[in-house]
Amino acid sequence: MMITQSVTMDGLMLILFLVIVTGVALPLSNFFFRVFSGDMSRGILSHIEKTIYRLIETDSDREEGWRGYAQDMLIFNCIGFVILFILLLLQGFLPFNPQNFGAFDLLTAINTATSFVTNTNWQVYSGETAASYLTQMAGFTVQNFLSSATGICIAIAVMRGITRQSTDKIGNFWVDMTRCTLYILLPIAFVFALILASQGVIQNLDPYVQATGHGLHEQQTIAMGPVASQEAVKELGTNGGGFFNANSAHPFENPTSLTNLIEVFLILLIPVTLPFVFGRMTGRMWQGWMIYTVMLILFLGGVCTLYAAELAGNPLVKELGVSGISMEGKEVRFGLWESSLFATSTTATSCGAVNSMHDSLTPLGGLVPLFMMLLGEVAFGGVGSGFYTMIGFVVLSVFIAGLMIGRTPEYLGKKIEILEMRAAVITVLVPGVLVLLFSGIALVLPNVSELMKNPGPHGLSELIYAFASMSQNNGSAFAGFDASNAFYTLIGALAMAIGRFVPAVAMLAMAGSLAQKKKVPPSSGTLPTASITFSIWTILVILIIGALTFFPLFAMGPIVEHLIMTGGV
Amino acid sequence: MTSLKKAMLLFTVLFIITGLVYPMTVTLIAGFLFPNQAHGSLIVDNENRVIGSALIGQNFTAPQYFQSRPSASGYNATSSGGSNLGPTNPILLELVDKRTNALWKAGITDPIPSDLVMASSSGLDPHISLESALIQVPVVAKARNLPEEKLKALVLTESVKSPFTGAYVNVLSLNRALDEMNQSNE
Repeated sequence: MMITQSVTMDGLMLILFLVIVTGVALPLSNFFFRVFSGDMSRGILSHIEKTIYRLIETDSDREEGWRGYAQDMLIFNCIGFVILFILLLLQGFLPFNPQNFGAFDLLTAINTATSFVTNTNWQVYSGETAASYLTQMAGFTVQNFLSSATGICIAIAVMRGITRQSTDKIGNFWVDMTRCTLYILLPIAFVFALILASQGVIQNLDPYVQATGHGLHEQQTIAMGPVASQEAVKELGTNGGGFFNANSAHPFENPTSLTNLIEVFLILLIPVTLPFVFGRMTGRMWQGWMIYTVMLILFLGGVCTLYAAELAGNPLVKELGVSGISMEGKEVRFGLWESSLFATSTTATSCGAVNSMHDSLTPLGGLVPLFMMLLGEVAFGGVGSGFYTMIGFVVLSVFIAGLMIGRTPEYLGKKIEILEMRAAVITVLVPGVLVLLFSGIALVLPNVSELMKNPGPHGLSELIYAFASMSQNNGSAFAGFDASNAFYTLIGALAMAIGRFVPAVAMLAMAGSLAQKKKVPPSSGTLPTASITFSIWTILVILIIGALTFFPLFAMGPIVEHLIMTGGV
Repeated sequence: MTSLKKAMLLFTVLFIITGLVYPMTVTLIAGFLFPNQAHGSLIVDNENRVIGSALIGQNFTAPQYFQSRPSASGYNATSSGGSNLGPTNPILLELVDKRTNALWKAGITDPIPSDLVMASSSGLDPHISLESALIQVPVVAKARNLPEEKLKALVLTESVKSPFTGAYVNVLSLNRALDEMNQSNE
C-alpha cells in the first residue's frame, strides 16, 4: 500500500488543501470583522443577542479598558471552571448517564476542569469509561465553545489595541463573548456537526451496544454517544479533547479519509482567518499577509519534516522482514499523508486532537509535534492564543531589529516601549520556562522512569512532551507517559493555568497601552513590517527562541534516539 | 450589576445554548436525516441481532478468515487506544518479530506489510491495506478449500480506493462476503 505512495501527489494535495483553507479564511475574515464591529446583528440570533444584553444589563456600545476586560475574562473563566468541576463530581447523580459512571476523583476533576477551561484538553481520564453524556455535552462541549471564544476575544482586543489611538478602551468582554459564540462558533459547528454525522460520526444518546461479532462470535461492546456535536467544535475551537480515548483516531470520531480532511480544515480555519482579520482592522491587508506567511512557512517546514521522517520509516522494523512505513499507532484509512498533516496541524495550533499516536512516531517524526508546540504554537496557532502570541513575537522582532539598526522600535505607527516589551517577553517566555522548570523538577524526583512507557531517550521525550503540551495548552500527548499521579495532575493543572492566563493578561495589558498611544506617521526611519526581509527576520527570531531554549532537550531525547535507530552511533 | 453577576448570567445562557440546545438539536436532526450513521452504522443480521459496526474493527484470527490488524486493546470497543510503544522500544520489536514469524508460519510469503504486524492507533481499525489482504489469499483459500482466483476477485471487489492513501479493505465486510460466498456455494 505504502509503496504506491506518490510523494509528488501528496505535495500537490497539500498545496491544494492549504489553498482551500486560505480561500475560505479570506472571506471569513471579513465576516469576523463585521461580527466584532456589531455589523452582523440581525435575524433570530440577534434577538438572542439583544435578550442577553438586556439580561446582563449591558450596553453593547460601552467598552472597557484592558483591566476591566481582563478582569471580566478571568471571572467568566473561573465560573466555567467551578461549574465543570461540580459537574464532574456530581455526574453519578445526573441524567444522560446510561453507563452509570460515578464521580471523577478530586484530583482528576481539578486537572480536567482546568484543562478544558484553558483550551488545553489534556485528558487523564478515558472518555468512554469515565465521562457521562451529560458531562461530554454540558461540561466539555460548553468549554470547547467558551474557552475558544475567550481566546478569540483576547486576540480581537489585542488587534483593537494596536489599531486604535488615544483611547483606553479595548472592547466589551461580554459583548465580544456573546457575538463570537452566537455568530461564529455556533453556526459553523452546527453545520459541520451535521456534515460529520452524515459521514458516519455518531450522534446519539443510546446506551452502549452489545454486538455478537461476526464468525466465531467474539462479543463486542460498542461505546456510543453524542460525538458529532462535540467533534465539530473540538476541532473548530482547537480544543482537541477526544470523546473517546483514541481521540480522532477512533472510527466513530473520524471514520473516513474525507472526515479527516474536514477535521484538519476545521482545526486550521480560525487560526488562518485571524491574521486576515488583523489585516482588515489595520486597513492594510499586507500586514495580515505578512503574519500569515510567517505562520505558513513554519507550518510547511513542520509538515514536510514529519512526512519525510515517516516516509523513511523505521529501519529496525524493516530488518525484521516488514515492508512499508511504520504503521504502529497509525490508521490504514489515513495512511502517511493524512497522518502527517493531522499531527502537524494539531500541534502547530493548540488543538491536541490526534489521529495517530505521536508516541509511536519515528524519533524525528515525533520531534516535529514537540517542536511545533515549543515554538509557542504560532503556526497557525490556537484560536486567538496563536495570534496574540505571534504578535508577541512580532513586537520582539521589531524591538531587536530596531536595536540592531539603530531605529526607534515601532509597530504600525505605535512606539514599542518598556511595557510592551515586558508583555511580549512574558508571553513568549512563560510557557517555555514552565516546561524547563517542571521537567527539571520531575526529573530529579525518584522513580520518574517508572512512569515512562518507553526506555532510554524516548522516555525523556515523553516527559518533555507532557509538559510542553500542558504549558502550551495543546493537550496531545506521548500517551505512554503515565501522568495520572497526584504530582502530575496538580502541577499539570498549574502549568495549564499559568500557560494560558499569564500570557493572555500580559497581551491585554499591551493592548491597553498601545491603544493609548498616538500613531506616528511612517517616516524614512520606520522599519517596514510588511516586507519579505522582516518576515524572514521574524521566522528567525521564533526559531532561535524555540530552538536555543530547548535544543539540549531535543538533543538528549529525539535526536539521540534517531541516531540509535539508524545505527548512527 | 457586578461583573460576577453578569458573568454568572451570561455563562448560564451560553451554557444552555451550547451545552444543551446545540447537542440536542444536532442529535435530533442527525437522527432524523442520517439514522444509520448517527447510531453507529450498525450491521444487523436476519434475526435482528447486532453483529457489529461497519466502522469498528473486529478481531479475526482463525485461518478461514482474513486477519485484522493487531490491536493494543484487543478490539475492545469500550477501551480504544494504541500501544504507545516507541520506535526503538525492544518490546515493540519483539512483538513485530513474533507477529511476522506467525504469519510466515501460517504460509504467507515475505515481506509482510507493516499494517498487518503493527497495532493501530484506535485499537479498532476496521481496515487492512489491499496488499495485506492479497497476501492472505493463499492461506484463506487453503483453509476454505476455495480457488485462489475467486478469493482474489472478492478481495478486489471489496477494496476501497482513496485519493490520499493506497487501496484498503474493510476486514469485517470482507469476511462477511466470504461467508456468504461459501454459503451460496453449498
